Amino acid sequence: MTNTDVAAPASTAAAPRPEEPRSTALKRAALLLVRGRTLVVLVILVIIFSSISSEYLTQSNLILMTKHVAINAILAIGVTFVILTGGIDLSVGSIAGLASMVAGGLLFNGLNFPGGTVFFSVAMVLLIGIVAGALVGAVNGLLITRLKVAPFIATLGMLYVARGAAQLHSDGGTYPDLAGTEARGNTGFGFIGADSVLGIPVAVWIMVVVAAAAIVVTTKTPFGKRIYAVGGNERAAVLSGIRVNRVKIAVYVISGACAALAGLLLTSELGAAYPDTATTYELNAIAAAVLGGTALAGGRGTIIGTVMGAFVIGFLSDGLVLVGVSTFWQSVVKGAVIIVAVITEQAQQRLQSDLTRRTA
Amino acid sequence: MAEILEARNISKNYGGVRALKDVTFTAYRGQVNVLVGENGAGKSTLMKILSGSEQPTSGEILLDGEPAQLDSPRAAQARGIGIIHQELSLFPNLSIAENLFAGRELRRGGLFVDAGGQRRRAREVLKRLGQERLDPDTLVGDLPIGQQQLIEIGRVLLEDVRVLIMDEPTSALSNHEVDVLFEVMGDLRRDDVTVIYISHKLDEFRRIGDWVTVFRDGRLVAHESMSKTDTGWIVGQMVGRDPDSLYVRNSSPVGDVLLEVRGLTVPGTVKVDDVSLRVRAGEVVGIYGLMGAGRTELMETLMGMRRPIAGNVVVKGATEPKGTVQARMAAGLALVPEDRQRDGLVQTMSVRDNILLATIARMTRGGLLAGEAEQRTAKDKVGELAIKIPGLGALVTSLSGGNQQKVVLARALLTEPVVLLLDEPTRGIDVGAKSQIAGLMAELAAQGFGVLFISSELAEVMAMADRVLVMARGRITAEFTAENVTEEALVTASAADSVLEATT
Repeated sequence: MTNTDVAAPASTAAAPRPEEPRSTALKRAALLLVRGRTLVVLVILVIIFSSISSEYLTQSNLILMTKHVAINAILAIGVTFVILTGGIDLSVGSIAGLASMVAGGLLFNGLNFPGGTVFFSVAMVLLIGIVAGALVGAVNGLLITRLKVAPFIATLGMLYVARGAAQLHSDGGTYPDLAGTEARGNTGFGFIGADSVLGIPVAVWIMVVVAAAAIVVTTKTPFGKRIYAVGGNERAAVLSGIRVNRVKIAVYVISGACAALAGLLLTSELGAAYPDTATTYELNAIAAAVLGGTALAGGRGTIIGTVMGAFVIGFLSDGLVLVGVSTFWQSVVKGAVIIVAVITEQAQQRLQSDLTRRTA
Repeated sequence: MAEILEARNISKNYGGVRALKDVTFTAYRGQVNVLVGENGAGKSTLMKILSGSEQPTSGEILLDGEPAQLDSPRAAQARGIGIIHQELSLFPNLSIAENLFAGRELRRGGLFVDAGGQRRRAREVLKRLGQERLDPDTLVGDLPIGQQQLIEIGRVLLEDVRVLIMDEPTSALSNHEVDVLFEVMGDLRRDDVTVIYISHKLDEFRRIGDWVTVFRDGRLVAHESMSKTDTGWIVGQMVGRDPDSLYVRNSSPVGDVLLEVRGLTVPGTVKVDDVSLRVRAGEVVGIYGLMGAGRTELMETLMGMRRPIAGNVVVKGATEPKGTVQARMAAGLALVPEDRQRDGLVQTMSVRDNILLATIARMTRGGLLAGEAEQRTAKDKVGELAIKIPGLGALVTSLSGGNQQKVVLARALLTEPVVLLLDEPTRGIDVGAKSQIAGLMAELAAQGFGVLFISSELAEVMAMADRVLVMARGRITAEFTAENVTEEALVTASAADSVLEATT
């Protein structure tokens, strides 16, 4: 689950190894299973739910569930960047809400100048919403790096500030109609959240693009390596000439931008902007990252794991609803799955260090 | 002369490393038994065995002539053996009295902590330690480090100890605090308590010790009554006969000045005080000193990890004013830090990623990492430095200490430095790897690098350095060339309080 592939390297495999004890072989198999656990769990969930309900595995239900997954996955991808550096971002739900209100206000009321009111195109509105999220992320980053506020505290504070700002934006009200008019040139906001292309919701396409971009950034760029280095050992990163503060600010900006995008998708889907959009979504996002094998201590985790984690949470929630489990039990099951995930993560670390010691 | 504690034919293996080789050690009742030896000589391992926190691979321990089973620190404590570790194990968030009684609180009514009683007993202990002016309610975290050390000793005094082991207790103490500690040790000796005292400071332990035992490479090489020894004899025993067989001497021609430091001053608990030095191309310069002398702080300041309040750093004739890690790296400095685990390695990353960490931005094509270039660059360095690895993708933590050190060195070399700063480059690695690292340093000097390294080992610094600078309390107290350096001169200068004392 780390970016550092530890699979038995060729040179050791070639070296004459004393007869491998069966316990080692068993451990190898266990490690493989534990590493791919998110996928294993997902497959098991699909099997269980589809055997209970014939509707679970239908095309329309799969598309619907994936659409639900998309929004949490985008939030979780942003949060994963932060967690990889050893930080945490609790403000993503509120940032999503704030971006929702910023976009809603621009579409519904436009921007009032002394000389009159200006309406922006949907593309501009989306851009402004995402930039707003990125700016809030930048504030988080500056608080954490320049003022040395602990990430938990800084983003907990921002959770309240951004939510409050979202409510202030409309004085607590909802922007009910975001369809826009031809005259104002701002129609089509519904496209990203409510439309489909090639039979697949646009929101899902956007998730795929965001995930692909995040995978490239984390695995194929120097910046990605620096993120892992900062989370793995900050002091070593400093000594290697990495500008640790810049890396940290950047990940909070990414997280803020992803959160804003998720908020805009939600708003588009609903066709209305209300200030409580995405309340408590930060917890689902963090849960997806952790389920996908991201270590809260930093330095370990993958984007693909996080996306899988979001699928497990989404498919589990929707499945429980579909088979008629009460919301109270849904909550219990979801919580238990997250805790089990962290326990298996530790088992993976143990197995891994056990096996590397043997090969060393 | 009654012996109280005897370790017979003790051996201890850690994996393939033999930390202790058939050691027979005797501590005499009511005496101060001093243990000396270089880092890694086996002193601390033996003390861990005697205090129950490690078990010997073979051999037995006799207490009062009876075989004793010390299979846990608790078991050793029950037999009256107490230990004070070099690293403090206090709770900074608790008061002095609470620290003294942590884990064995005085009770009242079987349920409640008897805070008043603890305070009273704490005052007695503080008086015995010459600290009667300290309030037992003071938070330990608010005390200077020297007084904290005394509190640690106070904890042991509260127990009924018959054998007290002290592992370098004076490394953080001021002169006055050392005097107090020695008075306490004198008291203990009068109370028939046996003290086993590990120290590096020759001038100090000669004052207090009755017996001296010298360790080298896991063996006990000498055991003598202190009065029959002198400093030269002890150093000779510590170093052994022929350190040159282990280390490679640099013999390259010396070129231009690559690094010049002028008047560098950094405040702090461990300070750097008005340090000036030069390193030339092809030169290997050693910095010798005791723990806390400011050597690591000097290196970290040169590398831009700490902010000086005065002084210049000139690399290749150009002053580097910014003083950030990036600027110093670009100017041509590279640091291999002392604590690999804390400052060197990213434990969650592979060997390849660790080697390339500082220069990863150069490995790109069109903004994306070129896996091929990464692989080739890392592989070349692995070959060049003869790093033994299971594979470039293996976790860096799966390597041995010596090979981990080479990974950090490889990363430093990839930044294309002109001067390499090495902080205790051979610490915690086995003898073979030491000799390889030493060979690499001489080779790098021959290639025209300037090399500045820190060492706490006399033999190492004498055998490897063209010039040796000695640091004490933040200052450079002496400078020697390879021709005129002697063990005694180094030891004297490293304990010096001022430049004046050292030059006499």
